[in-house]
Amino acid sequence: MIHNKEVIPEQPAPKGTIGPIAWLRGNLFNGPINSLFTLLGLYVLYLLVVPTIQWAFIDADWVGDSREDCSRVGACWVFVNARFSQFIYGLYPSEEYWRANIVFAMFASIIAWLVIPRLPLKRWVIVFALLAFPVIAYVLLHGGYFDLPRVSTHRWGGLMLTLLLASVGMIGALPIGIVLALGRRSQMPIVRTFCVIFIEFWRGVPLITILFMASVMLPLFLPTELSVDRLIRALIGLTLFQSAYMAEVIRGGLQAIPKGQDEAAAALGMTYWKRMGLIIMPQALKMMIPGIVNTFISLFKDTTLVMIIGLFDLLGIVQAALSDSRWLGFSLEGYVFAAFVFWIFCFSMSRYSQYLERRLNTGHKQ
Amino acid sequence: MTQAATNASDLMVEMHNVNKWFGDFHVLRDIYLEVKRGERIVVCGPSGSGKSTLIRCINHLEEHQKGDITVGGVALTQDVKRIEQIRRSVGMVFQHFNLFPHLSVLENCCIAPMWVQKKPRKEAEALAMKYLERVRIAEQADKYPGQLSGGQQQRVAIARSLCMHPEVMLFDEPTSALDPEMIKEVLDVMVELAEEGMTMICVTHEMGFAKTVADRVIFMDQGQIIEENAPEPFFNNPQSERTQLFLSQILGH
Repeated sequence: MIHNKEVIPEQPAPKGTIGPIAWLRGNLFNGPINSLFTLLGLYVLYLLVVPTIQWAFIDADWVGDSREDCSRVGACWVFVNARFSQFIYGLYPSEEYWRANIVFAMFASIIAWLVIPRLPLKRWVIVFALLAFPVIAYVLLHGGYFDLPRVSTHRWGGLMLTLLLASVGMIGALPIGIVLALGRRSQMPIVRTFCVIFIEFWRGVPLITILFMASVMLPLFLPTELSVDRLIRALIGLTLFQSAYMAEVIRGGLQAIPKGQDEAAAALGMTYWKRMGLIIMPQALKMMIPGIVNTFISLFKDTTLVMIIGLFDLLGIVQAALSDSRWLGFSLEGYVFAAFVFWIFCFSMSRYSQYLERRLNTGHKQ
Repeated sequence: MTQAATNASDLMVEMHNVNKWFGDFHVLRDIYLEVKRGERIVVCGPSGSGKSTLIRCINHLEEHQKGDITVGGVALTQDVKRIEQIRRSVGMVFQHFNLFPHLSVLENCCIAPMWVQKKPRKEAEALAMKYLERVRIAEQADKYPGQLSGGQQQRVAIARSLCMHPEVMLFDEPTSALDPEMIKEVLDVMVELAEEGMTMICVTHEMGFAKTVADRVIFMDQGQIIEENAPEPFFNNPQSERTQLFLSQILGH
């Protein structure tokens, strides 16, 4: 029996099943209880959002030099304004800000170049960013070369220090994490045992403890002439700590790649490193983007812990400014500002990772 | 049995008293198999009989614990360099294709010639296109594996192997994961390959294929080679009871 001799032509969807009104009806008002909750939700939102906007924008004071310029009805952004350069540069001498600015500008250009897909020569920018940029940044920030006055690292601070800690931590933790993850999956028992012990040690100890050890304990064991800069010690501690987490994220990604991929690559005569570098890692890293970015974001926020060893990152310097007797009582503004800056960076990372996931997705899992 | 005195250089694959265990489980028992250059072997048997393991030992995807394997005159040892040397001369096609999903069809075919044989990109791409044309899929070269049907993917996998100019091809149930209507397109390619004189060892249940191209059919059960014969007597006059039972099960419906 033949049901339909002719092809049935495409017909439009029935009225009231598509469009914004249908969406509202289907999702927010699809029953008396749901409608009630929707209205209740809108009311709570109204109670929260309106006073916040009132406080942060409408009643806020923006310009001035001292606390007398603030009405105290709304937020006193004058405080943040007055301390802004400290929040950015820490205790870096103000006549040398231009050096930090050059580093900031280079950093921003590198990021922009790598993030915008149309720009060419990505490979060379990465080489520059990994090899030349750290040297240039160090020479500029630290000085002592080319008639640049020395600025010792304990005067570095603010957002500058936060970005430095975060970038070094991220760039260091990823490759170390990859090596540790591969090592943990290795057939060689000594390599595997070493990696397991390393990972479990660093994961099992709180970051605060590591930073304390690095800044207080280590100098006790090392002879004074071997003393390493406190910032460097914090960087090493932070990087190794995060690389242990990174290793576990990467190991998870590696486990998700079917065994057949490695076998097919092996059957073509590829060596272990070619199999990993050409076949396994590109697939695994793609899957691991959410996990890696998650680790990056938590690393970014963990940098605030360096406060306890006397380094003044963004949050540290904000907190220090709060105890200034001329500006007592503005902690809310200070913390909101710090939170906002952290949020901007973390949210950007998060958005970029989602974009990257979509762009790299060849969409076709086997 | 064709164990008669053959010239050693004529032998592509030699397996002498090969034994393998998975833990306590004895998967391969005293395997004795010699494959001459240009010979086409079909290996069949019930699931779990060790036939996949047998061919996976030839390129050391599985390690055997006892006995000797020689491929193209090179003895297979633990030495990584030697294993890689053997793998370069042995092509393999898998049941689940195992194409690299992050690479396009063309890149799938180019990657080993470029990175293992150090061919320049242009040359590798020309080579890839030649073999993709041979398996009649050149027009899909820029697609990703996930955009192709199973049969197309398997043909790409065959082309990818051929790009390395292997001296012997191993097929590990190449049609078992395919929808029925796609089996023929893959078998056609394999038949052409056989007609061109490629040395082939195929684990397959496609008895039609075995009848058309095989020089010898090997029947395995419980890790042993039970029976070995030319296709015509193998199918028409199986000697052992287990072979008869197996053949009646797969042909008798």
